[in-house]
Amino acid sequence: MKFTLSWLKTHLETEAPLDAIVETLTRIGLEVEHVDNPAEKLAPFVIAEILEAAPHPNADRLRVCKVNIGEAAPVQVVCGAENARAGLKTVFAAPGAYIPAKNFTIAKGVIRGVESAGMMCSPEELGLEGDSSGIFELAPDAPVGRPFALWAGLDDPVIEINLTPNRADAASVYGIARDLAAAGLGRLVETPIPPVAGEFPCPVEAKLDFAPDDAFLAPLFALRLVRGVKNGPSPEWLRNRLKSIGLRPINALVDITNFLTFDRGRPLHVFDAGKVAGQLVVRRARAGESLLALDGKTYALDGNVVVIADDSGVESLAGVMGGEASGCDDNTTDVLIESALWDPANIARTGRKLGIVTDARYRFERGVDPAFALPGAELATRMVLDLCGGAPSGLFVAGHVPDERKTLDFDFSEVERLTGLKLEVAEMARALEKLGFAVAGQASNAARVEVRAPSWRPDIEGKADLVEEIIRLVGLDRIAAVPLERETAVSGPVLTLLQKRVRGARRALASRGMVEAVTWSFVAKAQAEIFGGGAAELALANPIASDLSDMRPSLLPGLIAATRANFARGFGDVALFEVGQIFKSDAEDGQFVAAAGLRRGTAKPAGAGRHWSDQAAPVDVFDVKADSLGLLASLGIAAGAIQIVPGGPDFLHPGRSATLQFGPKNIVGWFGELHPLVLEAFDATGPLVAFEIILDALPAPKARPTKAKPKLELSDFQPVERDFAFIVDQSVRAADLIKAAQGADRHLIVNVGVFDLYAGPGVPEGKKSVALNVTLQPREKTLTDIEIDAVAAKIVAEASKKTGALLRS
Amino acid sequence: MNDLTQLETRTLAAIDAAQDEAALEFVRVNALGKKGSISALLATLGKMSPDERRNEGAKINALKDRVSEALSLRRNLLKGEALAARLASETLDVTLPVRATALETGRIHPISQVMDELTAIFADMGFSIAEGPDVESDDYNFTKLNFPPGHPAREMHDTFFFNRKEDGTRKLLRTHTSPVQVRTMLKNPPPIRVICPGRTYRCDSDQTHTPMFHQVEGLVIDRKAHMGHLKWILETFCKTFFEVPNVKMRFRPSFFPFTEPSAEVDIQCSRKGGEIRFGEGDDWLEILGCGMVHPNVLRNCGLDPDEFQGFAWGMGIDRIAMLKYGMPDLRPFFEADVRWLSHYGFRPLDLPSLAGGLSS
Repeated sequence: MKFTLSWLKTHLETEAPLDAIVETLTRIGLEVEHVDNPAEKLAPFVIAEILEAAPHPNADRLRVCKVNIGEAAPVQVVCGAENARAGLKTVFAAPGAYIPAKNFTIAKGVIRGVESAGMMCSPEELGLEGDSSGIFELAPDAPVGRPFALWAGLDDPVIEINLTPNRADAASVYGIARDLAAAGLGRLVETPIPPVAGEFPCPVEAKLDFAPDDAFLAPLFALRLVRGVKNGPSPEWLRNRLKSIGLRPINALVDITNFLTFDRGRPLHVFDAGKVAGQLVVRRARAGESLLALDGKTYALDGNVVVIADDSGVESLAGVMGGEASGCDDNTTDVLIESALWDPANIARTGRKLGIVTDARYRFERGVDPAFALPGAELATRMVLDLCGGAPSGLFVAGHVPDERKTLDFDFSEVERLTGLKLEVAEMARALEKLGFAVAGQASNAARVEVRAPSWRPDIEGKADLVEEIIRLVGLDRIAAVPLERETAVSGPVLTLLQKRVRGARRALASRGMVEAVTWSFVAKAQAEIFGGGAAELALANPIASDLSDMRPSLLPGLIAATRANFARGFGDVALFEVGQIFKSDAEDGQFVAAAGLRRGTAKPAGAGRHWSDQAAPVDVFDVKADSLGLLASLGIAAGAIQIVPGGPDFLHPGRSATLQFGPKNIVGWFGELHPLVLEAFDATGPLVAFEIILDALPAPKARPTKAKPKLELSDFQPVERDFAFIVDQSVRAADLIKAAQGADRHLIVNVGVFDLYAGPGVPEGKKSVALNVTLQPREKTLTDIEIDAVAAKIVAEASKKTGALLRS
Repeated sequence: MNDLTQLETRTLAAIDAAQDEAALEFVRVNALGKKGSISALLATLGKMSPDERRNEGAKINALKDRVSEALSLRRNLLKGEALAARLASETLDVTLPVRATALETGRIHPISQVMDELTAIFADMGFSIAEGPDVESDDYNFTKLNFPPGHPAREMHDTFFFNRKEDGTRKLLRTHTSPVQVRTMLKNPPPIRVICPGRTYRCDSDQTHTPMFHQVEGLVIDRKAHMGHLKWILETFCKTFFEVPNVKMRFRPSFFPFTEPSAEVDIQCSRKGGEIRFGEGDDWLEILGCGMVHPNVLRNCGLDPDEFQGFAWGMGIDRIAMLKYGMPDLRPFFEADVRWLSHYGFRPLDLPSLAGGLSS
């Protein structure tokens, strides 16, 4: 909502300076977004008088002028304008002045050998309208030396407020003046609007053609004919008013409606009566009807749209936009002025559906003052008569003005209850009354009153609204900060297990040298499909871009795209992770929190890139296996507690991937190398290894009665380590061999490691050598060689039995 | 006695000439060993008269002592030289670069860091963290929050919708985290103190808007929480979060469908050379919206607005992160450019705490 200071002052008598007005507007909830004063830009331009204008010695078309700019001595200016002549009052800019329209700053110069100390300007050079074939021709009484903009009345700041949707009452300059007056910033100018006496009955009538339960769509429709008008350009003051807030003047009849929309918040419509066939009907549109509207577009209508129609069809969209066919132009001689009330929700729906944004819709959908519908029609008539002449008919009115003013039982103690601010009842009552509320007290209890909202405040519904009205007028700054009571001396823990795990996962993965990314929750459909998503229920109906269309089923699509973008910028060795939501369905329990990591190039846990101390090895599946198990361990899940099953989802390399699970029905994640076809689909290059773990799926730790750790048991006897090199088939899994060795003696064997792996010369084709180091921990006494040999023999026997392993000779 | 002097001169010269410990040992054995020259002299004492023995014995023993001492000195010298030579041969170029450790290269995203900061502050004030789904119903995102169907206030939110289902309903991506407030009130009886951080979505994209962003809202419901408490919480939060001794805040009346009275809050700051500082200057920066929970919202959540009351506030996590840590643009938050993440991200062990300070 934009207006100028001078416009505001037509409704508000005030001595307050601009700063105070701006500050007050913001303080009472009409937040000022911009103040723009055209005069500030034009400050360097002053009124000057040409004293002499002599021909330039070296140029036929130039003149050398002596110019009085209000200082002791005249200045010399070389000017090329034909109208530069002695005695002319014009506009002068001294060196240093910026010419907005030409985007340059004037400098002192020498023009064809003659010094020139400034410039005389045309309206165009100041960005103003007017005859720009030469320099300004000002009135002979223009005061020399004064700033031009002030003299020309351009010192009129444009104020733009950010109007909240509840404040329909302030969608007009008058309404803003009313609020400022209530805030004590001046007096609201209230001039009575006497009805215009009709010289004849309105020959065109309108029928509200609605079923009884549809009557709310159009409570009131008023119409008046003015015969014999002379339409054309509006007078300058009206054109300037509209232009000052960025509206384009069209013709007097249309300008009047636009003016009253902004001046009074009363949208109106004018029909060229000569183009209206028969009587008007206000009704729901019929399927198949359409309208060529004033914006030049044709809109297809349906039964949800309320229209004004005549014998030849739809002429106007109620409360939204008029039709081209019955619009007023310079040839209009008879005009029908419409002032009506519409159902706000219906107007909002219509506007949204048809995609029409107009100043009328803006006001009707927020709620106009019903009590001003008829005065608005009278005011419009008066303006038409004033500006265009003509003979008015009587006012035809269909329907009636509804009284929707709410009456509320209100206890002034509500203000203290909700704000903590204790105020005198009298002060609170006065605040409401200044805003136009009627406050009726009860003799028995001064604090309990009956409050009736003014007709222009459809937003007032309940007690809290009245508290807001009082508090915004007395000032939110009067509320003092009051400490919230602490519930306990030391605040207890508040995080849930999952919240702790989400935080912990981030720190754990960052501690492994990975960098946390936050990527979009939506990805391209094709990418979602690769990772098991892409279901119709998780596809956006209105995505912002085609590659952000489907809710992500995994964090991987975003991370792959991120590594690709980093690679394109020259950073190919990256380790990224994300901890965030993934979506399996649109149900409330279809959303999970996943932790995923992706390593590319040489971004191994020990460091990336070439280094003198070792090879720049590419990332591999064991890096992400270590990431996964490290993450789980940091979340309190021991490596031994989770099953690692070779093979994973289809998007992984089938031979270089594994599924993490607590059982076949309890899969919690996976790790592995990405499938070459996935890389191809993402236009990415590898090696890319990744993991993803669903944090919600991880089991909670067992509840324990105390925080004490299990008792530490230390043996007095040294552990013994023995090595075994086994020859096994290539297909035998290390985990099975380890398990077999461990099974040989669960009491003595405390650790089994793999310290060497070999296939090649010396080992038969199709076989591999796996070397285990087995640690025995004696508990009661030192082991004898015989006892150690016995365990070793059992280990060899178990390995042979379970995996077909042979001890390497 | 010439013999003894000669022997001493010869032996000491041999000691001096020994170039390593093995050569020295050879000299020692030749002089003091069982069959050594000095040992042989000592063996002659037995055949001497007591007077001779006393006289000669003292001389030979003195010689033995001098030789022993010379051997010892020489041995220590040679040992030191040998060690020095070994150490010299073992020298490494310690100026060679080592790899950066994982703790140096790992990074926490600023959004996560700020969420941890928020948690530290509000947990201390007794607030829990409430969360809810991103895919929401129209009812929880709008209707229960007092946005009537068709109300213009709904259009302030550029909402992402899913496709309409057969029963006519359609899910949407939450446009704010307020539905979590609704869920909290429906599930837990007052008193309630929660903050609701999370991802939110609006189909809007330009310099300062991204289709996905992060919000944190707060909710307090009991029988007496009022705007004075709200003011105190927000002032306390801003001072603690921005780590400044004082902040000046300005509460402006505003409108949100779910609060009444509603306010927007500006924070006083100075802007010098693109840097924003709080607690000084004469500029105002809008930072959050807040208000008393609307009676309709309380009713929609099964609470009697005459019995229970409370307040709520909401702000952008990305925005306060930008204000505190000086990122000029929002869009790079979601672009995963490792240069940006390494620069603006936080080290893995930079854990915010009230005891240690939120930021280090």
